[in-house]
Amino acid sequence: MARAAVPGRLNRGASWRVAQLVESREETGTARTLVLEVPDWPGHTPGQHVDVRLTAPDGYRAERSYSIASAAAGNRIELTVQRVPDGEVSPYLIDVFSVGDPVEIRGPVGGWFVWRSADPAPVLLVAGGSGIVPLMAMVRARRAAGSRVPFRLIYSVRTPRDAYFADELRQRARDDGGLDVSYVYTRETPDGWPSAAHRIGVADVNSHGWPAELEPTCFVCGPTGFVETVADILVALGHDSRRVKTERFGPTGG
Amino acid sequence: MADQDYTDGNMLAGPMRELFAVDLTAATGRCANCGLTGPIAQMRVYQHAPGLVARCPGCEEVVMRLVRTPTSAWLDLRGAVFVQVPMPAESPASW
Amino acid sequence: MGIVSPGFQGRPRSSQPSLPPGQYLTEDFPVLSAGPTPRVSLDNWEFVVTTEAGAEHRWSWSEMLALPNETPTVDIHCVTRWSKLQTNWKGVSLDTLLAEVETAADYALVHSYGGYTTNLPLEDLLDGQAWLVHQYEGGELPAEHGGPARLLVPHLYFWKSAKWVRGIQLMLTDEPGFWETAGYHDYGDPWREQRYQGD
Repeated sequence: MARAAVPGRLNRGASWRVAQLVESREETGTARTLVLEVPDWPGHTPGQHVDVRLTAPDGYRAERSYSIASAAAGNRIELTVQRVPDGEVSPYLIDVFSVGDPVEIRGPVGGWFVWRSADPAPVLLVAGGSGIVPLMAMVRARRAAGSRVPFRLIYSVRTPRDAYFADELRQRARDDGGLDVSYVYTRETPDGWPSAAHRIGVADVNSHGWPAELEPTCFVCGPTGFVETVADILVALGHDSRRVKTERFGPTGG
Repeated sequence: MADQDYTDGNMLAGPMRELFAVDLTAATGRCANCGLTGPIAQMRVYQHAPGLVARCPGCEEVVMRLVRTPTSAWLDLRGAVFVQVPMPAESPASW
Repeated sequence: MGIVSPGFQGRPRSSQPSLPPGQYLTEDFPVLSAGPTPRVSLDNWEFVVTTEAGAEHRWSWSEMLALPNETPTVDIHCVTRWSKLQTNWKGVSLDTLLAEVETAADYALVHSYGGYTTNLPLEDLLDGQAWLVHQYEGGELPAEHGGPARLLVPHLYFWKSAKWVRGIQLMLTDEPGFWETAGYHDYGDPWREQRYQGD
């Protein structure tokens, strides 16, 4: 098929393209991973997201933004979608959207909350709830690149059942040299857990993060209140605010 | 919580990409009200509104607004002194 | 352009005659915000009407409460497509507040604590069409819904019903407000679906 030589390259994230669901799997009781096949996917950098657009038969449209969970790999991307009660888009994507169905996506977009494997600085990832998704893409991209950059991940979840990617993270922490994973439970801990359920605090970030002197790049992703708390803690612990990159998930109406 | 009813400039990436050839979230902007300079990605974005309203994280004044109608996009940048976009060095002309 | 998503309906749009075109019915009361919620103490609260000649008419909180209050029950329609029927409010009619104001103005620009503005023809504030309300469903108006007091102009899209209102500027010429300068309609009649400039 003939194509114009130049147009499209610069603006490759701008146009809507039709992706197809090729696989889906349950992550938790309220979250599902969607594997999409996207023709001519240009690849992405971990931390980037896509916009998903749904159209009803009468032309009504709804649009939401989702972080990409997977590392770049050919024409496939994975989105992990958390169900928003009374939402409009996430219940559709979890309950109705089926293997073989098409969906419109735009992206990859976002050039700031991204990790580039060529950056040698140590990395601290701090996730609150579904904020793990773009950080998981970084963990996966690190492995895919064979990177030895030291990573630490602090993952705050309500209960052990709410953790996404738990098996994979356990395996990566064991097999991928230089990746440490620690959890903070806010409502309910596993049996025998050394500390009581609590919200993330200075002690968690201090003991499971990196000292500021190592000048790590910090990526913090989660609900707005969580992100504000963690960013304030990091700056109070001496981290340069320019190396603390944040992404906030709001109550999106999802 | 109503007081944290915002997300951040990262979510502007898709909507702004409709208008511009480059990613603007990695760009740097300067608030016209207080002079704070920082990445567009770190602005506070209120999206539960008739349009997207991006405010300065320092003084909370409006830096930019984006309204998408069925037939056009309205972008108001009056709260920004400048937007500085990282660009690769231009390759030397060949002759 | 684009594709239809198999099995996607979205929020139910209603064709029932009590709803303007393109609206859906909601039972809850969505909170829209274009900025942080202003916290205004009742001691400092005031409502100011400024005429085109510069004359100011001021009411403190207690002065406003002492005026005759009304309890309108109205339907409200948000441009983001939700409508809510039979909402109950308590407040002062703009007819009361503007009764002693001498003006030749045709337009009003409404100002809020927090910096929000919205414009509308002065005649749309009169004749029992608009109120300065401070109670919602029998209780004080919550801050996220515009408390201590907001404007209520139910025959226009709800962005005209400015939250956290602090005053009205009467003018001889129309001047677009916060959303009107960013593509939204200067008048905003939901029954004619005047959402955007040019509608």
